[in-house]
Amino acid sequence: MGSYVPATASERREMLQAIGMSAETELYADVPQAMLLDRPLDIPRGMSELEVRSRMEALAAKNKQYDVILRGAGAYDHYIPSIVKYIPAKEEFLTAYTPYQAEMSQGILQSIFEYQTMICQLTGMDVSNASVYDGATAAAEAATMCRDRKRTVTLVSAAVHPDTINTIRTYCYGAGTELRVVPCKDGRTDPDALAQMLTADVASFILQQPNFYGQLEDAKALGAMVHQAKAQYIMSCNPISLALLATPKECGADIAVGEGQCLGMPLSWGGPYLGIMAATAKMMRKLPGRIVGQTTDSEGNLAYVLSLQAREQHIRREKASSNICSNEALCALTAGLYLATMGPEGLKQAAKQSMAKAHYLANALCEIPGVSLKYNGEFFHEFVTVMPKQEEVLAALDREGILGGLPVEDGILWCATEKISRAQLDRAVSLVKEVLA
Amino acid sequence: MKLIFEKSVPGRHSSLLPACDVPEVELDASLCRQEALPLPELCETDISRHYTQLCQRVHGVNCGFYPLGSCTMKYNPRIDEEIAALPGFTSIHPLAPADAVQGCTEVLRLAGEYLCQISGMDGMTFQPAAGAHGEFTGVMLIKQYHDARGDRARTKIIVPDSAHGTNPATAAMCGFEVVNVSSTPDGCVDLDALKAVLGPDIAGLMLTNPNTVGIFDKNILEITRLVHECGGLCYYDGANLNAVMGVVRPGDMGFDCIHMNLHKTFATPHGGGGPGAGAVGCKDFLKQYLPKSAILEGEGSIQVRSFMGNFLVVVKALTYLMTLGREGIREAAVNAVLNANYLMQKIKGTFTPAFDRICMHEFVLDLSEFKKETGVSALDVAKSLIDHGMHPPTMYFPLIVHEALMLEPTETESRETLDEAAEIFRALFEQAHTDPAYMHQAPHHAQIGRPDEVKAARSPVLRWNPA
Repeated sequence: MGSYVPATASERREMLQAIGMSAETELYADVPQAMLLDRPLDIPRGMSELEVRSRMEALAAKNKQYDVILRGAGAYDHYIPSIVKYIPAKEEFLTAYTPYQAEMSQGILQSIFEYQTMICQLTGMDVSNASVYDGATAAAEAATMCRDRKRTVTLVSAAVHPDTINTIRTYCYGAGTELRVVPCKDGRTDPDALAQMLTADVASFILQQPNFYGQLEDAKALGAMVHQAKAQYIMSCNPISLALLATPKECGADIAVGEGQCLGMPLSWGGPYLGIMAATAKMMRKLPGRIVGQTTDSEGNLAYVLSLQAREQHIRREKASSNICSNEALCALTAGLYLATMGPEGLKQAAKQSMAKAHYLANALCEIPGVSLKYNGEFFHEFVTVMPKQEEVLAALDREGILGGLPVEDGILWCATEKISRAQLDRAVSLVKEVLA
Repeated sequence: MKLIFEKSVPGRHSSLLPACDVPEVELDASLCRQEALPLPELCETDISRHYTQLCQRVHGVNCGFYPLGSCTMKYNPRIDEEIAALPGFTSIHPLAPADAVQGCTEVLRLAGEYLCQISGMDGMTFQPAAGAHGEFTGVMLIKQYHDARGDRARTKIIVPDSAHGTNPATAAMCGFEVVNVSSTPDGCVDLDALKAVLGPDIAGLMLTNPNTVGIFDKNILEITRLVHECGGLCYYDGANLNAVMGVVRPGDMGFDCIHMNLHKTFATPHGGGGPGAGAVGCKDFLKQYLPKSAILEGEGSIQVRSFMGNFLVVVKALTYLMTLGREGIREAAVNAVLNANYLMQKIKGTFTPAFDRICMHEFVLDLSEFKKETGVSALDVAKSLIDHGMHPPTMYFPLIVHEALMLEPTETESRETLDEAAEIFRALFEQAHTDPAYMHQAPHHAQIGRPDEVKAARSPVLRWNPA
């Protein structure tokens, strides 16, 4: 069996004696004896590190690793610079708890302060928190921030990621409030439907940019409609796209949220990811979760602390803005590190190349007879095609180590990033051509 | 030290991406960003040095003793990290077809089996990303159960006054009114107080056992029976599971659902605040209400975040579970309790435990008398510990003990470490009587002196701005 207990058998005996006991079972004297397990747990015996390693490596080997990933839909395969993998593995960052004791946690606190700043720079918003669990919970928490006694209804575009919509729905169900889904037209939010649905009881409207189908929404115009109805405007953004696209601030958003996985986190079958949340200064004290602030210490030196804690569960208990305690701090550190490593030009390159490659792929696919784009609006790095024999196409790509787009409704949702070379895109297109020939 | 932005030099960068090998695309100007993108500009050396300096200003479990009560800061094995970094796990897309992710689904299945056995539950979800998120999920199971039965009168959740703040915050998020029940002098549930609030409006009870003062509530079977009798369900907050895993199971205590903090009990690192993972288990009759991913598994269920959860954290926890196995799990719990009792015994000659009896994996010191005598507060003692290279215990929690310091040594600390810690406590106890002024000013040798938290809250500076 494996063990991380340093005390030897004789040390344990001596320690028991020191507390006046002769057997380990006496430690559990308070537990009703009938309830104690009278048998070992029905799980395998422990193993040595070497045995565990081979077992776990065998499990990893059962997964299929693709050479090329043309699938996104909320999880994006961007290039991760080497240093972005190494730094977060430093044991101090890895093994610290939440920085409650500022005097021995300045490194973590400063990394979060820097992350908060970079998220503000990226989104144009005034203030960011230290992260929440993922993009879906960020959207759900943002909806909670906007509700009050009179305005209880949340609106969400049907072109928001299905997992995000369902998460918001669950949070609304918990709070006993209503979620209404604004329908789409041609792959984008239907502005006429939104206009009709912006009633006096609406607290907020949530838009995703680029939306689930990859389409770019008319985010400024929709935002203006929302504000005219005196509701709050929440934009869920792809942070890499913000190197090119109008910022949530420029679109008039009150709260910007997003899935931060693309900022240096591997796909990892869905997590850990990073929930980004930033807001206008006006909304600052409604933000959930940790926020790091700058102050001075007893000597007047600059110092960083967990701040505005009066919002939080350990102070406010049932009146807190959220129950969140642990967040995704190491993922926030990773995102800050990624943004600093890429720099403004590197991030623009990642965004531009992703967009260029997606358009190259879309054009090449649409040159194949029988293939067309489902929606005609502008897109960033995802798009939906309609074609015959979809299943066979995806299977043919799969056999060649290419994870094709995601089947959605009656089409395929494709994604390309800067990681994929023109030769790889050409290869994928020729395989599609072969199936459809 | 300087912020990363203050180290930026215009034009400096790393060479990361090749030139674009496909034609560039321009977007309509109305869609484009107009404001500047002022991210820092640095080369790799700058970045490496910056983050290395930052990490030297962090105290992790690998640096030294970290007896932060209720946080279970045990050693995080390196093998777990190495396994979770295997490309066979990290490169897997969450929406890859089922036949391409057999290893991932096997990880969840195995981890689920281990944890069902340990908790005495029948079903498990790994979607919740943290402990509080697991609480939310668990209480939403209770809500769905009552709603499905049309039992809409159950609008209240019972939470003991000793509970962690996430418990009442969670109940409120799930739309319940919070009913606080008082504790007995030994921190356990006051049965009379509980009976007084039980009725047809009670949806359930949230409880941790051992409780937040580190004592196993002897009346647990009576408590869960009483709640069930009135039609409520019982939720187990697994924050303190490390004390009892392999010894006694929450399912056998009468609980219907539970969350477990994989980042506490099952040794995955906390990353300076996260990511964690809050596995939620339940009995058979609640399995139908467990959350699902809409995009992966279709709509119709609750969902608490995207996809399947913090998968790599589950990989680390499974690696740990496989290593310890049937004997090691119990051994860890027993030694966590032994270490806590040993440390309490060694400190007892100086500082006063709030409850002078066997503790479980953690214990609380009550410094109110000590403060009256010396003027030195729990905060002063905590800050003085920093000068000795030790992370302070949890301060001023639980709320039912005044001037509280809560210590949880965990099983992975050696006897020498505990002996040294007891010596440090003894030295501070003496110093409080001889030189209290020095302790009011502590820490003296830390990264910073005491920060001005009032200033931070009154005039918030939450981001860097160029001068």
